[in-house]
Amino acid sequence: MIPAAFEYAVARDVADAIQLLASSGGEGKVLAGGQSLIPLMKFRLAQPALLVDVNRIAGLAQISENGELRIGALVREADLDMNPIVRERYPILVDTTRVIADPLVRNMATVGGNLAHADPANDHPATMLALRASVVAQGQKGERVIPIDEFFVDTFTTVLAPDEILTEIRIPKPAARSGGAYLKLERKVGDFAIAGVAVMLALDEKGKVAAAGIGVTNAGPTAIRARKAEETLRGQSLDDKTIAAAAAAAAAESKPWSDLRGPAEYKLDVIRVLTQRAIRQALARATGGK
Amino acid sequence: MAVQTAPTTTSRGQRTLKIHVTVNGAPHDVDVEARTLLVHFLRENLGMTGTHIGCDTTNCGACTVLVNGRAVKSCTMFAVQADQATITTVEGLEKDGKLHAIQDGFHQEHGLQCGFCTPGMMMTAVAFLSTNNKPTELQIREAISGNLCRCTGYVNIVKSIDHAARTMRETAEGKA
Repeated sequence: MIPAAFEYAVARDVADAIQLLASSGGEGKVLAGGQSLIPLMKFRLAQPALLVDVNRIAGLAQISENGELRIGALVREADLDMNPIVRERYPILVDTTRVIADPLVRNMATVGGNLAHADPANDHPATMLALRASVVAQGQKGERVIPIDEFFVDTFTTVLAPDEILTEIRIPKPAARSGGAYLKLERKVGDFAIAGVAVMLALDEKGKVAAAGIGVTNAGPTAIRARKAEETLRGQSLDDKTIAAAAAAAAAESKPWSDLRGPAEYKLDVIRVLTQRAIRQALARATGGK
Repeated sequence: MAVQTAPTTTSRGQRTLKIHVTVNGAPHDVDVEARTLLVHFLRENLGMTGTHIGCDTTNCGACTVLVNGRAVKSCTMFAVQADQATITTVEGLEKDGKLHAIQDGFHQEHGLQCGFCTPGMMMTAVAFLSTNNKPTELQIREAISGNLCRCTGYVNIVKSIDHAARTMRETAEGKA
């Protein structure tokens, strides 16, 4: 399959990319890893007039931790997986990246692209919602930092303006006694999630939940944050009854649809079960386990 | 960058861009349309048909090649993205009439039936073994989880990659 013809430009730096996007009258697309965009173009579901290749922009593929974790938008999934800071301190990100597509796709696919593509079936959005991440965007009007809760508008739609480019993801440094986990049920490697649940917990000195973040993959037009489930956990000790109540709340807030991956009723039960398991895994990590 | 040099036009009226790539050690300067996929460039512009097109939808991995040492699906990358890159395809594995350890492994362990997935399997395995020369069976199975085989059930493919890992370790020890 061959995409429709397009103009192609290599951006030298972020300012150049912004200028190129602005010049395209809204018909330009950013080419990063291309692992979602190129298949869409091959099916001609996307026919951008201009591709702005950002892969050669220096400085967008770095990971650093200084007060917060900063992930450059061009960091490849395979590199996120292998990063020592991420491996040591952000196991929820390792959980997430390792279930995205397959190892070959992860050699190209970028974290920024996984978010900017805004597919509710992508895995990073739920995790970033649970982590209370924010994304940095740069455009003609300058730079702005967007809380992840405000980033996703609808399926394949974010608040990014046509001339804006996502440059970085920022994740708060984990609090003391905190832990997170992402669990995904998929039919086979490379498939999108039947459902996926991300849970981030921070405990107080008595072992009660000081803060909770829960995100759900493929449970609506965008990844969703399960706020009621979070509230159910806050201030509580994590006994079986509380965990079950939070899991039931997460399912109640989810709106999956029936498709070839199963009927909606089944997916709701998958979300309930995955939420329980992810809470237990996050708790184990918050209390020193793996 | 070279891709932004003066474009020419094809018979279909599409602009082309000049790219420079090194494939299996040989340099090539070729005019391509921006929409030309890397796999089509390799097969049609360079005539190197060892790299296969299977699903054409980023699932099967038959088109896997190494771009600057990384295994990628060449049906999901434009040739212009590979400007200035070093590419290795299955044709680049054999050296001076001697099979690469991975080719020998697939031969010895009968790691194929129809052979369609084999070039992609081998390229994935070569990249994987360069980062892990003593893999477990599970690690091998994870490494090839983006490559589909519809004949073998994978058992002999896993054995073939393990065979190659052993050969490469023995060769490395022999040299040491």
